[in-house]
Amino acid sequence: MTSTYAVLSEGLEKRFGAVHALRGLDLAVATGTVCGILGPNGAGKTTAVRLLTTLLRPDAGSARIAGHDLVREAAAVRRKIGVTGQYASVDGDLTGRENLRLFARLHRVRGPAERAGELLDRFGLAEAANRAASTYSGGMRRRLDLAASLIRRPEVLFLDEPTTGLDPASRNLIWSAVRDLTAEGTTVLLTTQYLEEADQLAHDIALVDRGRVAHTGSPAQLKSLIGTHVEVVVADADVLAKAAAVLDRLTGAQPSFDHERNAVGAVSRDSTLTLPRLVRELDAAGVPLLDASLRPPTLDDVFLQLTDDHQERAA
Amino acid sequence: MTTLAYDGGAMLGRQLRRMRNNPGLLILTQTMPISMLLFFGYVFGSALAMPGADYRAFLVPGLLVATAANGIMTGMFQAAQDTHRGVMDRFRTLPMSRAAVPLGQAVADLVVTAAGTVPLLLVGLAVGWRVEGSALEAVGAFGLLLLFRFATTWIGIFLGLLTRNEEAAGQLGGATFLLPLLSNAYIPAEGLPAWLRTVAEWNPISAVTTALRDLFGNAPVPEGAAWPVAHPVAGSLAWCAVLLAVFMPLAVRRYAHGER
Repeated sequence: MTSTYAVLSEGLEKRFGAVHALRGLDLAVATGTVCGILGPNGAGKTTAVRLLTTLLRPDAGSARIAGHDLVREAAAVRRKIGVTGQYASVDGDLTGRENLRLFARLHRVRGPAERAGELLDRFGLAEAANRAASTYSGGMRRRLDLAASLIRRPEVLFLDEPTTGLDPASRNLIWSAVRDLTAEGTTVLLTTQYLEEADQLAHDIALVDRGRVAHTGSPAQLKSLIGTHVEVVVADADVLAKAAAVLDRLTGAQPSFDHERNAVGAVSRDSTLTLPRLVRELDAAGVPLLDASLRPPTLDDVFLQLTDDHQERAA
Repeated sequence: MTTLAYDGGAMLGRQLRRMRNNPGLLILTQTMPISMLLFFGYVFGSALAMPGADYRAFLVPGLLVATAANGIMTGMFQAAQDTHRGVMDRFRTLPMSRAAVPLGQAVADLVVTAAGTVPLLLVGLAVGWRVEGSALEAVGAFGLLLLFRFATTWIGIFLGLLTRNEEAAGQLGGATFLLPLLSNAYIPAEGLPAWLRTVAEWNPISAVTTALRDLFGNAPVPEGAAWPVAHPVAGSLAWCAVLLAVFMPLAVRRYAHGER
């Protein structure tokens, strides 16, 4: 079964009493790609994952996962997906090995013990394999959780904040596992609050805000929404206006002044603007330059802009 | 059906390993009746019209059934505890039988409590209880006891999935201790006022207790009892069938839906 989109949802809605958690979620995740769902707390990320993994039933809307209808073919969907939740979904009363053997049996894997052993090695859990999972550190539990999702390579893997609260070593292990999986053709949908994570892993990002997708695009596209921040610091307040004129010409944007630091800045939508060119132009205009910087936007800026927007709307 | 058997088998293994790691509640519920046998048999028994040894022989089947009724408590507690575990989410996203998780819990409980009955039987033998009927009847009595335990565990699983709260399950579960008090498990119901006797005899515990006393040959079926007690074996089977027919589907449905 090959379809262009491994996850395709239209107008998904979910209410919990008075809380309208999802207000029409439209998502299209191309097969074999990593889609990062990025949004502030309470935006509806986890609800979206719980709906798309058959744990919750949508109040309205529809979705197809790996070609199967989410509601009518829930059993078929479950055969295609792997899920790693925000909270480790392994049994704390069982050891790491017992957990993986149990899930391997439930997945009808031949040789469940061997498969469990392989995964324990791969995720650095071999030493702790015979301890109850409840004694594991947060990072170990999350790794065990991911291992449990990979017993059989899923067509679509859902990761709900897979690295929240993890140490860098565990985080890197999880990131490299995600990269390996996509190399093998698995589609990954991951929610995260970490912009760096989305930047590192995702081909496409869906910015979710208040139960809806506010923006979608590649990390580069989203950054171009914000533009590059240009700032120059001059030696003398008298030349500030001259510097501003150069910035205005180069960026076409309204410059903003910081008179205390003798600085002027602007946001450039032109991604071809380089630092040498900026310096040459300022020098040619006779501006005595102390400092100049081009700061490409981070997803943080995108994120802040989004939250700014909704603060304004709320105000 | 083979899916259910296979997945149920895997879940049975999970439950047995869990119980091995956390045997507290089960040990408590299985040893409590031993102290009750000694208290009731020697302390309260001295105030009853029945001679001491006869009362203790009368009491053992009642305690076996009262202990089996604790399936409500343990079933509820374990199911409620499970609802808050992330692992339930994982089970629900796996392509496995929806009935496997509750079935695994109920069967594991049965295996463990079957073994857990042995200490009570040994103490019962020590204080004067005997199997006075045929071996076949005794086997039938144990079969009935386990069937009743299986039924009460499903009631508990359903209630645990319904409350989704360990504390509430603990408190409500404690109240199940009262159920055998309103039955003929500890006292002959014949001495009760007529209306109370009717209530007590329509308690499923009474039917199963009477069936055990009859099959073990400890006490005759009382005269003029309500139907389930007057026909204790048929009455017990009917009660178990009704309880299972109601609570198994309810529990499976409740589990499958989760918070959907």
